[in-house]
Amino acid sequence: MKRLTSAVELEQLRVGILSRREPEKPCVSVCGGTGCRAYGCEDVAKAFKSEIKRQGLSKEIELKVTGCHGFCERGPLVVLYPQKIFYQRVSPSDVSEIIAETVIKGNVIDRLLYVDPLSGEKAQFEKDVPFYKRQQRLVFGNNGLIDPTNMEDYLAIGGYSALSEVLFNMQPEEVIEEIKKSDLRGRGGGGFPTGRKWESCRNASSSDGLRYIICNADEGDPGAYMDRSLLEGNPHSVLEGMVIGAYAVGAHDGYVYVRLEYPLALKNLGIALGQAREYGLLGQNILGSGFDFDVKISRGGGAFICGESTALMASLEGKVGEPRPKHIHTALQGLYGKPTNLNNVETWANVPLIISRGADWYSQIGTDGSKGTKIFSLVGKINNTGLVEVPMGITLREIIYDIGGGIPHGKKFKAIQTGGPSGGCLPESLIDLPVDFDRLADAGSMMGSGGMIVMDEDTCMVDIARYFVKFLTEESCGNCVPCREGLDRMLDILTDITQGKGKEEDISLLEELGGVIKEASLCALGGTAPNPVLSTIRYFRDEYEAHVRERRCPAGVCKELITFNIDPEKCTGCRVCARECPQGAISGEKKEPHVIDQEKCIKCGLCRDSCKFDAVIIL
Amino acid sequence: MVELTIDGIRTRVSEGTTVLEAASEMGITIPTLCYYPGLSCYGECRVCLVEVVKGNRSSLEASCTLLVEQGQVILTNSEKATKARKMIVELLLASCPNSKTLQDMAANMGINRVRFKIKDRGCILCGRCVRYCREQMKSGGIGFIGRGTSRRVGTAFDITPEECRNCGGCEWICPVCEQACTAGNLIDGLCGGCQNLAPVETCLICTGCSESVGPQGHKVY
Repeated sequence: MKRLTSAVELEQLRVGILSRREPEKPCVSVCGGTGCRAYGCEDVAKAFKSEIKRQGLSKEIELKVTGCHGFCERGPLVVLYPQKIFYQRVSPSDVSEIIAETVIKGNVIDRLLYVDPLSGEKAQFEKDVPFYKRQQRLVFGNNGLIDPTNMEDYLAIGGYSALSEVLFNMQPEEVIEEIKKSDLRGRGGGGFPTGRKWESCRNASSSDGLRYIICNADEGDPGAYMDRSLLEGNPHSVLEGMVIGAYAVGAHDGYVYVRLEYPLALKNLGIALGQAREYGLLGQNILGSGFDFDVKISRGGGAFICGESTALMASLEGKVGEPRPKHIHTALQGLYGKPTNLNNVETWANVPLIISRGADWYSQIGTDGSKGTKIFSLVGKINNTGLVEVPMGITLREIIYDIGGGIPHGKKFKAIQTGGPSGGCLPESLIDLPVDFDRLADAGSMMGSGGMIVMDEDTCMVDIARYFVKFLTEESCGNCVPCREGLDRMLDILTDITQGKGKEEDISLLEELGGVIKEASLCALGGTAPNPVLSTIRYFRDEYEAHVRERRCPAGVCKELITFNIDPEKCTGCRVCARECPQGAISGEKKEPHVIDQEKCIKCGLCRDSCKFDAVIIL
Repeated sequence: MVELTIDGIRTRVSEGTTVLEAASEMGITIPTLCYYPGLSCYGECRVCLVEVVKGNRSSLEASCTLLVEQGQVILTNSEKATKARKMIVELLLASCPNSKTLQDMAANMGINRVRFKIKDRGCILCGRCVRYCREQMKSGGIGFIGRGTSRRVGTAFDITPEECRNCGGCEWICPVCEQACTAGNLIDGLCGGCQNLAPVETCLICTGCSESVGPQGHKVY
């Protein structure tokens, strides 16, 4: 492929690609995101490939393995074009039937369609599935349309047109103005206005004129994977955003800092970089505009703290990934002491969208303080696990019930934790809270990078707080005292409470300690780490008090505070639990109520799980 | 020159000065631990926290790394700052009860109880030794190893490095082993005894008077 040397050549290439495309040609699109891979989508794709080959239909049917479609709960997902029929939970054994019935004859296979559990209706197309209906998939929607390893797919949907617009028709200042006008705020957690960051980076003095652009793809929050899916599914959109940003701030070198645990993202990004260089969209003299910019990939070593901007830059420089005081912003003095503009993957992916559709259009979406859409990873006790992209300002209720399909097994909703491990847990009374940066912060939580963990009535809030504090204690760099020692002591106190050793003054001590950790820590990890504790005390104080005063765990989770017992009324004496019990702690005659020997019981809960009559109760 | 206000007093200092140095020039003592004259500032222990007021909002910053800015308003002894400082010393005492420096600091601040479990780690990870070795002895034989609560000071591969000249500087500068607290049974993690027995620091205002400064504060002539 010849390097593109002008905007006209890019458009000619695009026209050429589009003219070769046959929109009416049958195409099997298999979701190749990590969620679907875990369900075995690679085998499904392989089965399609061999089946198509076996039937000699390689010319008639196109097979495409795309990025994540978002609906991970129902994977592996397959969409059949041109009708756009949406099949879920497809297994390799369904493949020959899909080819024979749907692709060739055009018949819909009923059993592979998604059934809405509430209405019982079957959805034939993606757009009819309630999970997708309420979403606004501006950034994420393209994932399902393109093969991330094929740049032509990205060009076919208008890729890199924003870049050519910027390079040939806009001055760097105009680009910054456009981003400022769009009110885009950083999607990595801080929510800092992106345009203002770009502006201060551009205006910062640099002795040798060097400036850097960084894409933060060190997404470490447990249960959050939107950046991963974007990089895996649509790496070119992130690259295009970065080149636009580089042009705006005047940088010629860029880095993508990807965590090592994302092998597919690394692979797809590497392929995308190679293609972009080959086409002249990266490197020297991009599209013949005279602007040079290239990107290097840096692989993180798996430290959560390296998602913090200054720690990330230290790590990039080859030093230990530890944050430094941020009295001087990284936009002025960042990587190697040069002005550095760092944005998160999702922020970069929003940039081409804003340029091509305009800041005015973009700023119409969302609320006063937060514009655009946000991708959330909806996980935990929720029916429809997956990635959802919604306009800012949507309520938690809409996300949990309309998109997420509610709580499994008819359980009651208890809390939702937003913003990753250092976010807060919001109770049911706040379920109508509009989701944006400021409203979440006011409620004692945060937007974070967009994790959403739903909890049902069987979740103990003290235990949840303990879990997150444990994670953060392990991931703290250990540099400053409040974070290192404070979190460790917080974990001690929480562990004591969950083991029934809590003291009356522990709750107030946790609050006092949490306040100091928040105020006194060096970086944002410590600055937000007490959120899970403080928010659970704020909204679920009664649970803490039950643990401390009554030595009771209301949710029946904390093992030291519960006992398993058999309700003689309900027990039928079927002996299933007695067979399951690894300790031999359950005794009783057949067809007579059984009893658990508390001395032997290790509270593993197998009896409760195996009982068909709900006779095992927690006291 | 930069003009700023510290504890209500306006002062002018040259650019590039830290808030800690500016306060010290005015005779305002801010407790420090990981800070040591002649070594780089690190902002680890957070004992030197001061409150930086910006309009209606304020934040806590480590004064040893915070550079003076025009119009800055600093409170060194506000409730917010002292509360955080006390909590930090309490946390440090719980992880290193045998440091005389810490025990004295606690007595000075009026800490009368350590509410956390004592886990004697024998080191507060202030990094003075690491910086002394690297910056003053130009050796760099020791450094930090590990992350979070498993962070410790050590040598590469835990063998004595060639760079080590056995100068003993690391031991000399250590606030924990410099003067170990010898009290046997610490009640609630606090000793509180030596504060009355030995001079702690000399008064900064009247240089040369060599009066000891006790828990009651300066004795100014």
